[in-house]
Amino acid sequence: MTETSEPERSRPGRATRIGFGLFWIYVILYFGFIALVLFRPDVLSSRPFGGVNLAIASGLGLIAAALLLSVVYMVACRVVESPGGERH
Amino acid sequence: MLYESSPVAIAIFASFVLAVVGLSFWLGRKGQSAKGYYAAHGEIHWFINGIAFAGDYLSAASFLGICGMIAFHGFDGFLYSIGFLAGWIVALFVIAEPIKSLGKFTFADALDAKFKSRGIKLSVAISTLVVSIFYLIPQMVGAGDLIVPLLGLPHAVGVILVGVAVTLIVVTAGMVSTTWVQFIKGSLLVFFCGVLTSMILARGLTVNTGSLEPQTRSVTPDGRVLVDGEPQTRDHDLRPVGTLAALPARYGDATTTGPLGALEYLSVLEDSRIVTWSGKKSTDASGTHTVFTPTEKAGADLLKPGGYFKGLTTGKLADKLDFASLMLALFCGTASLPHILIRYYTVKDAAAARKSTVVGIAAIGAFYVLTLFLGLGAMTSGALDPTSTNMAAPLLAKSFSETLFAVISAIAFTTVLGTVSGLIMAGSGAVAHDLVENVLRIPMDDAAKVRCGKIAAVGLGIVAMALGILFRNFNVSFLVGWAFNIAASANLPALVMLLFWPRTTKEGIISAVTVGMLASLAWILLSADTFEKVYGLSRDASPVPFSQPGLVTIPLGFLVLVVVSLLTKAQPRGKPA
Repeated sequence: MTETSEPERSRPGRATRIGFGLFWIYVILYFGFIALVLFRPDVLSSRPFGGVNLAIASGLGLIAAALLLSVVYMVACRVVESPGGERH
Repeated sequence: MLYESSPVAIAIFASFVLAVVGLSFWLGRKGQSAKGYYAAHGEIHWFINGIAFAGDYLSAASFLGICGMIAFHGFDGFLYSIGFLAGWIVALFVIAEPIKSLGKFTFADALDAKFKSRGIKLSVAISTLVVSIFYLIPQMVGAGDLIVPLLGLPHAVGVILVGVAVTLIVVTAGMVSTTWVQFIKGSLLVFFCGVLTSMILARGLTVNTGSLEPQTRSVTPDGRVLVDGEPQTRDHDLRPVGTLAALPARYGDATTTGPLGALEYLSVLEDSRIVTWSGKKSTDASGTHTVFTPTEKAGADLLKPGGYFKGLTTGKLADKLDFASLMLALFCGTASLPHILIRYYTVKDAAAARKSTVVGIAAIGAFYVLTLFLGLGAMTSGALDPTSTNMAAPLLAKSFSETLFAVISAIAFTTVLGTVSGLIMAGSGAVAHDLVENVLRIPMDDAAKVRCGKIAAVGLGIVAMALGILFRNFNVSFLVGWAFNIAASANLPALVMLLFWPRTTKEGIISAVTVGMLASLAWILLSADTFEKVYGLSRDASPVPFSQPGLVTIPLGFLVLVVVSLLTKAQPRGKPA
């Protein structure tokens, strides 16, 4: 069924490990935030950074973290997979 | 509220829709193979595919639903934004590259790559159809909501318009035209939401003193609509709502802030006082009455969790579990949505799949940041329709100008076109490629495969139109939450375990998909939300403890897969993951 070649299918182990590492970092951030929403909403009402409360700051932070981690992953995969640089 | 259409609005809207459908016909001129129809020949550039991901994913729920929820309930709508984006982390780090490497046309291809089982194909095809149909409903509802104020036509006409346009798009050129429609839509959506946000910040916040008298909308048994007891007309209609009652004390007697920076806008709003409106419905012999009443609230209360998800403040365990369940489903659901997964087959290889996901995350993340400002801008725009949360973003645009309203509404409509095209493509592939070709094993040449897909697309388009009319009174974000729950419960356990647990068997996959889908579906049908909003029964009659099933049914999918796999003999493996 698949038209993809076998070598392409096997992911480099190091890239996979990096991916999982970054995934778990985000899991901790995301579910940590959900835990705060559920059990300590008062903490999220505080304004440690001056104007914006922690609920909004952490929501924006989670979106920024997703982008940051995904860029880190892309760069890491490029380094790990291809000593000669990008293939396309 | 009654809306008056303007020729400018109609002209802009018609240009957008005609341009999009025209593009499809132009792309569809080329001869089509099955690979072209279902996977755009696997030749889409990763950047185009990344933006098309945004076009595919940023549905009516994201644009209309989230903005509306923030506008009426504050911060809680933003929780959807956070959850919707978080799901892409699962897609990027866990699913993207393996699914690209294992599949060909459909999600079922990937799950069945090792076992070549008709049972897997059948169960996954059914789950694809169920998820796609549940996801289609809110898109069609959103389309109908947009048409009412834009063209002054009934809700059902909007639903039929989008159904016909999308069916034309899919039937003409399949995944090629779908990809370009999604690319254009994704680009326009993010760009114009950025423009709208800039205008919100430039306008700043202004105290507006609208009437705070309650308003009543009644529907009599013979179908007449009354406003405060008199027949509804353009001159006697519900007043638009959503106002700023007072600025922070530091502004003294000033009634406007002037232009504000992004963080400053949030900060000022938090120290302001805002009037929000809510409706309470009752029924008696004279009809159904909804009384809309205003409540003045501190901005700080609206910008913290608990405005919509009441359980976050009441402390009821079932309500907390309901919220946790929704956020889990949003996290797990994205990487399980068939119409998202098939987009991985349109790029060249696994590296392109990864890069396009990163581009998608950037575009989608930027959009979700903008939703916060759009929703809060709408909250204080004085332009909201108290009867429709879904209209918040277009009506916010209307508070600036009719032209911007027409542009934003047309973009929202193309938003629906882009997402519905993807959903119908996914459903069409499930019917033609999975069910007809692989389960029923009806021999088909290349042309027949494409023809079969197109017939399936027409059928799905008709189903989508019918459901869009039936579910018109629902908030679209709420409905999408159901689709995420079903997708995450049915598809994610099988996908993850297939990729990362060597003892997974075909029986385990079939059982997990079937049990996950049926359990989440049954839970939803038995939930308090469905009892109240669909059946019109008391919430207390619901036998399940909370409405969102994911917290139970996602782990159940994993558990069933593990148990059944351990009980069944592992099949010899042709190809490793």
